[in-house]
Amino acid sequence: MSTIDSTVRHNQGLAGAHDDHHHHELGFWQKYVFSTDHKVIGVQYGVTGLTFLFFGFLLMLVMRWQLANPGDAVPLVGGALRGLFGPVVMTDAGALTSSGYNVFGAMHGTIMVFFGVVPLAVGGFGNFVVPLQIGAPDMAFPKLNMFSYWCFFISGVVMLGSFFVPGSAAKSGWTAYPPLAGMADFENGHLWLNGQTIWLLAMVFNITASLLGSINFIATIIQLRAPGLTWMRLPFFVWAQFVTAFLLVLAFPPLEAAGFMQLTDRVLGTCFFMPTGLVVGQSVAQSWSGGGSPILWQHLFWFLAHPEVYVLILPAIGIVAEIVANNTRKPLYGYKAMVYALFGLGFLSFIVWAHHMYMTGMGARVATFFQITTVMISVPSVVLLTSLLISLWGGSIRFNMPMLFATAFLPMFGIGGLTGIPLAFNAVDLYLHDTYYVIAHFHYVVAPGTIFALFAGVYHWYPKVTGRKMSEGLGRLHFWGSLITINGVFFPMFLQGMAGVHRRWYDGGVTYEQLIKPVIHWNMFMTVSAGLLALFQLPFILNFFTSLRFGQKVGRNPWEATTLDWDTPTPPPHGNFDKPVEVFRGPYEYSVPGATADFVPQTHRA
Amino acid sequence: MSKFLPFFTDRDVPYTVAARPDTGLYSAKLGIWLFLASEVMLFGGLFSAYIFLRLGAEPGYWPKGLLNVPVGTLNTAVLIGSSVTVVFAWASLKMREFMKYRFYMAITILCGIFFLCVKLTYEWPAKFDHFGVFIKQSSAAKYEEFLGNDFLKEKNEEPRWEVTGHILRAPKGSPYGAVAEHNAEHFSHGAGHGLHLPGGEGDYVIQLDAINAKPNSEDNLRPAFWPRPLSSKTAVIRAEDVESASTFVPRHSTYFATYFLITGLHGLHVLGGLVVFLYLWLPFKGGATLYKSNPEHLANRVEIAGLFWHFVDLVWIFVFPIFYLL
Repeated sequence: MSTIDSTVRHNQGLAGAHDDHHHHELGFWQKYVFSTDHKVIGVQYGVTGLTFLFFGFLLMLVMRWQLANPGDAVPLVGGALRGLFGPVVMTDAGALTSSGYNVFGAMHGTIMVFFGVVPLAVGGFGNFVVPLQIGAPDMAFPKLNMFSYWCFFISGVVMLGSFFVPGSAAKSGWTAYPPLAGMADFENGHLWLNGQTIWLLAMVFNITASLLGSINFIATIIQLRAPGLTWMRLPFFVWAQFVTAFLLVLAFPPLEAAGFMQLTDRVLGTCFFMPTGLVVGQSVAQSWSGGGSPILWQHLFWFLAHPEVYVLILPAIGIVAEIVANNTRKPLYGYKAMVYALFGLGFLSFIVWAHHMYMTGMGARVATFFQITTVMISVPSVVLLTSLLISLWGGSIRFNMPMLFATAFLPMFGIGGLTGIPLAFNAVDLYLHDTYYVIAHFHYVVAPGTIFALFAGVYHWYPKVTGRKMSEGLGRLHFWGSLITINGVFFPMFLQGMAGVHRRWYDGGVTYEQLIKPVIHWNMFMTVSAGLLALFQLPFILNFFTSLRFGQKVGRNPWEATTLDWDTPTPPPHGNFDKPVEVFRGPYEYSVPGATADFVPQTHRA
Repeated sequence: MSKFLPFFTDRDVPYTVAARPDTGLYSAKLGIWLFLASEVMLFGGLFSAYIFLRLGAEPGYWPKGLLNVPVGTLNTAVLIGSSVTVVFAWASLKMREFMKYRFYMAITILCGIFFLCVKLTYEWPAKFDHFGVFIKQSSAAKYEEFLGNDFLKEKNEEPRWEVTGHILRAPKGSPYGAVAEHNAEHFSHGAGHGLHLPGGEGDYVIQLDAINAKPNSEDNLRPAFWPRPLSSKTAVIRAEDVESASTFVPRHSTYFATYFLITGLHGLHVLGGLVVFLYLWLPFKGGATLYKSNPEHLANRVEIAGLFWHFVDLVWIFVFPIFYLL
């Protein structure tokens, strides 16, 4: 035993060797609310994220109703929505207004990306699982971790609060493009108390929370790995979170800078994004100096928002990798290649952003550069997906709930990814830009892709968090129902998009009916599918809460997994481990010839 | 360690003070470097915006020579000096010389306060007092005596559209009426009582900067280290010839928007650093008092705060040339 290892072991031991039975009981507030324990914070992030996902989904349901039945009152809840959101969003009869459609669209995007998926995938799963998987007693900076969550929480409250200011919430899309976003929402006469300004303030809080959280993740993974847990013995999920955290640390600050600039444009009258000679309401705007550039915003925004796409997908791939290895009872195929692919993906994701901006009239040389990098990024993506697919080969697969969702993730993410390739090409994109094809493409990546992986993760780690399994019966109802209906929602969008249906028509294309006649009938099909998809979430919600009490009780390692998160008591106590941790082998030693069981835990001495 | 502390503290997490042998770092040091990486990207975004807007500015719309170079130089020196003293403060702690630490840290804090005072009590207010009008290009010929565009064209320089100085009279209904009245009183005191201002209700009257007073002077083509004093000459500008007019506040132009945003954010960083330094200097439990129980821990904290301070200094070293000199 080297001195390094013994020092490490000593330090780990400090946290690991606590005596559970005599510890000081924490008060309710310190234990469940202002907790610095990574597991509590992980659950807080997870529950908040799931709630936001559900809310964002409900906004979309109202929009889908409007698309299929333009101008009709929303059934059942129309009156309630009118009471809740006010006259800007809903008519007295309970139908969505055009402003309301913009509000719901902007908030659906913002909430799903920044308040739903990222907090659940990174804040929730990352916080709960990463310290466990690396054998650490907690995150490197527990107080900072708590601060991150509450900063995120404030951002969420502020963002939701913006629905209730005069004029309602932001209407300029989740991308907040100026000059529109620079001038929007001043109708109510408030400089600060209006949708778009509050959107910016909430985003500043949200970005700050993400930044501090990701710094914490990187420091934790580098500093707190258990003795013997060398880099190539890290579970793939930890690698995914590691690269994700780097993307957040480096990509978010420019958006924060851009957010400050748009904020001063709105409240101090600067012109960072307001061009000279802008015509507003048929006359040149006189009240500002001009000289700004709307394209500058697009550059700063997409410099974040493209890496953000990988922030959404990498943790999901990490979750799927864990579940695939565990349920095929085989090592991951090409583990090392997958790790290198992650780094390739992370690096390339910083130099593809302008493929969102082909329509801005950029020069052919610039467009060519971004086409090339965009096509290149499909290489590491394909390495990851192919490795996961090949990992299934020859396995005796256990199709439990996590594995069903993880398996479905593969083709869904595949469809999402492959349909993105045409969009990488300038010439094709000019046609497809801002059509439903684009919507279908990225929703396949994020909805039946990432969100299915997140469901898989919930089913997989629920026993570790609560000590009980979720019900298989309700789970299967949730899975099959969701899989079929979610394809019913998104697949027809490819057909509509290729026929030229524009993504921002709030009447579902009725105005342009003659142009899109062959595909307009899909609106009703997609809306019905979305409604059914909502219904099929009920078994999940029911399952989530009833299993807390009635789920089958489990021990330390119900899935017979190899990684360290399954080597703790269930649920893990404060400080996580009940014995000093030392790692002797790689993360996925399943079906090792000659071993007594078909899995060998990482802590198993050779 | 046989029982939990009521609140989970950093003491339960390894490597808060001692370095992890295989990485050679205590966690906070890694944390601050990562934080600084994000800060590089934050200011990087802002500096990119500066480059983007400056390159995109139409000729004559990116002003030069409006900032006070000697004051900026002084502030630069003070900030660099404080970066040196903070290293001395840290080294003193490493050598366990507490009084020296208190001394050097005090100097660092004073330097930081001096920097902020110069910014907030002199540099910024001087800008808010100053006034500029951008003349419509179609009317520029009328004001050739203040703009000197023929001369500039001959010298192959960018054209000038702006007339700057102190506002003495504002057109009726302008938000600058009160400022103008105040300045006019001051101006007439200097020039003798009972001075009658030129111009009428629809005019701006501006006491000119040297550059507009003598637009055809060779001297004005070269950057000056010492700011040129305000002239006693005035200009009368018809409101309908004006494209936009304001004091030197963020809304004045993209130049000032960028200047105030970047120096403002930098100022906030200086303030943040000062708060941390004060905490480490005063006898707080996690501050100077920590020396008694764990001097190495205090040294680490000073090292981390110092790294942040160096970064703040480094940002200024970019800010100074791009706004004051270039």
